[in-house]
Amino acid sequence: MTTSSPAGTTLQTKTQSSDDNRLKLLEATMKRHQHRPDALIEVLHKAQELYGYLTPELLISVAQRLHLPPSRVYGVATFYHFFSLVPPGEHNCTICLGTACYVKGAAAILGELEQQLGLQAGQTSADGKISLLAARCLGACGIAPAVVLDGQVIGHAIPDELQTRVAELLK
Amino acid sequence: MPLSEYIIMRELNHPDINQFAVYRRVGGWETYAAALREQTPAALVQQVKDSGLRGRGGAGFPTGVKWGFLPKGVYPRYLLCNCDESEPGTFNNHQIIDRNPHQVIEGVALSAYAIECHTAYIYMRGEFASAALLLEQAIAEAYAAGFLGKNILGTGYDLDIYIHRGAGAYICGEETALMESLEGKLGQPRLKPPFPAVEGLYGKPTIINNVETLANVPRIIEKGVAWYRSHGTEKSPGTKCFSISGHVNRPGNYELPFGVPLRELIESPEYAGGMRGGRPVKIIIPGGASAPWLTAKHLDTPLDYEGVAAAGSMLGSGAVIVLDDSVKAPHVAYKMDEFFKHESCGKCTPCREGTHWLVKVLHRMAEEGHGEANDIPTLHSIYRQMEGNCFCLLGESAVMPIKSALELFPEEFEAIVKG
Repeated sequence: MTTSSPAGTTLQTKTQSSDDNRLKLLEATMKRHQHRPDALIEVLHKAQELYGYLTPELLISVAQRLHLPPSRVYGVATFYHFFSLVPPGEHNCTICLGTACYVKGAAAILGELEQQLGLQAGQTSADGKISLLAARCLGACGIAPAVVLDGQVIGHAIPDELQTRVAELLK
Repeated sequence: MPLSEYIIMRELNHPDINQFAVYRRVGGWETYAAALREQTPAALVQQVKDSGLRGRGGAGFPTGVKWGFLPKGVYPRYLLCNCDESEPGTFNNHQIIDRNPHQVIEGVALSAYAIECHTAYIYMRGEFASAALLLEQAIAEAYAAGFLGKNILGTGYDLDIYIHRGAGAYICGEETALMESLEGKLGQPRLKPPFPAVEGLYGKPTIINNVETLANVPRIIEKGVAWYRSHGTEKSPGTKCFSISGHVNRPGNYELPFGVPLRELIESPEYAGGMRGGRPVKIIIPGGASAPWLTAKHLDTPLDYEGVAAAGSMLGSGAVIVLDDSVKAPHVAYKMDEFFKHESCGKCTPCREGTHWLVKVLHRMAEEGHGEANDIPTLHSIYRQMEGNCFCLLGESAVMPIKSALELFPEEFEAIVKG
C-alpha cells in the first residue's frame, strides 16, 4: 500500500455521511500526535470512542495516516482487549470474574444473566440491544462482586436486583 | 493500631487532599520546589537509597539502587510511572490516584529531577479512564502553578509529564512490555539484558517505578530518611497500602507499616474485621495472583518482604486475597490459571501452551468434576515444563496457583480422580 494517499479516502466512501465530522475529529487527534506511528494506541482509543468499534476501513485509514503497515494496526487492535472489531450493543453489562468476585458469587450472577438474556458472555443480542461481557479482573476487588452496567460500577452486586435493572434497560 | 500520620493514604489525615489548593496548604509541591533550588539530583538519589524504599509493584527491588543503574552521561533518559495495575486482587494504585493524585504527580516530578530526566510518562491501565482524567487535571494544575514545563521556578530545569492509556492487557504491567506498548506496539516483553536502565524506551536509559513507590518519594525528602525508617522494619522500611479482599468482612485498602502480622490485617476491626460469618481461613494469597498460597498456619507471618518470603511466598503487590473453607482448591487454581491463559501474550511457547493445557485439564476436573487416572502427574508435568522456562514472569506466575493447590490440597485432586 502507498502511504501518500489522501486522508481516509476509503472511509469517506464507506462510512462517512455528509454531516459526519468524526473523521475530522480523528484526524485532529492524529495531527496532535504529528502522525507518529507510536501514537497508534492513542489514535485507536479515539477512533473507537468516535465510532463505537473499529471497522477494517477505519484500521486501513489509520494505517495510511500513521505510515504503518495494516498488519501492524490490525495486530495491535486485536492484541488489546479494549478494542472491538464488532459493533457493541446499545447497552452493555460486564461481570467481573476476578478471583475476589468469583469467590463471592460472580459465576452465579453471570449464569443467571446468560439465562435471562439467552446470551453467552462475549455475545451481543440479535437486536443489538445489549452486550454481555465478562472481565478477568476490574481491580475493584474491595467491592466484590463487581458489575459494570453502561459504564456505571455496581459494587456488592445482588443477582435479583441486577436482573431487574437489566430488564428495565431493555424495555 | 492505625497510623497517626499516613505516608500515602493522606486523605485520612486531610480529607480534601485531592484538591490542588488543599494539597498546597498541607505543604504539597514545596518539597519539590525546595529540592529544585537547593539539592542536586545525586543528593536526592542518595536519600532515596538511604531510605531503603523498595519497589511496591511486586518485586520489592530497592528504588535508589535501581536509579543508580543509569549509565553516567547518557541522555535523554525517561521516567515511566507504572499504573497498569492489573494483578488480580490489587486495587491500591487506583485509590491513591482517586484520593491523593497530586502527591503522585509531585512524586513523578521529584523523581524525574533526581534521575535527570525531562520527559516522564504515566502508563495508565486502559480501564482507568476516570483516573486518567483526574491525573490529566492534576498535571494541568501543576503546569499552571509553574511546577512543570520549561525553566521551572527559574531554576533552568525542564520537565513534561504525559499520560498514556493502555488498552486492556495484563502483560503491559511487565516493564519491557509496557515500553513496547508506549511505543505503540503489541505489549510483548523484551529480552533482558539489556535492562531498561541501560536501554529502555526508544532505546534510551529508562527507569520504571510503580505509582505507590513514586508517591513515597516526596515524603521521604520532606520528612527525612530517619523519620521514614522509623516506620516498618530494618529491611522493609516505610508503609504499604495493602489491598485485602475475599471472604473478609471489610475488604479494602489499608496502609500499614511493614512487619504487621497477617493476622492483624485480617482480624483487626480497624482493618479487614475478620472472616465473613466467622468461617475458618483456608487459603491466603498474600501478594496478588502470582504469589504462592499460604494457609491458616501462616497467620502470624509478618507482612514484610522477608517475612512473607520466609513463609514460602512473596509480598508482591501487597494484594491479600483470603479465602474460607467454602472454596475448593482445584476450582481456585482453575479460575486463576484461566486468567493467566487469557492474558498470556503468546510470545513464548511454555506460557502460551502451558497455560492452555493447565486450563484444559483443570476445567474438566474442577468444572465438570471428571478426573482421569493420569491427571495429577499430567498437571505436575505441565507446570514443571513451564517453571523457569518462560520468557517473562507471567508464565512463571501461572505456575503458582496450580503448584500451590497440588502441594497444599492434594486430597482434593485425588478425590476428583477417584470420582
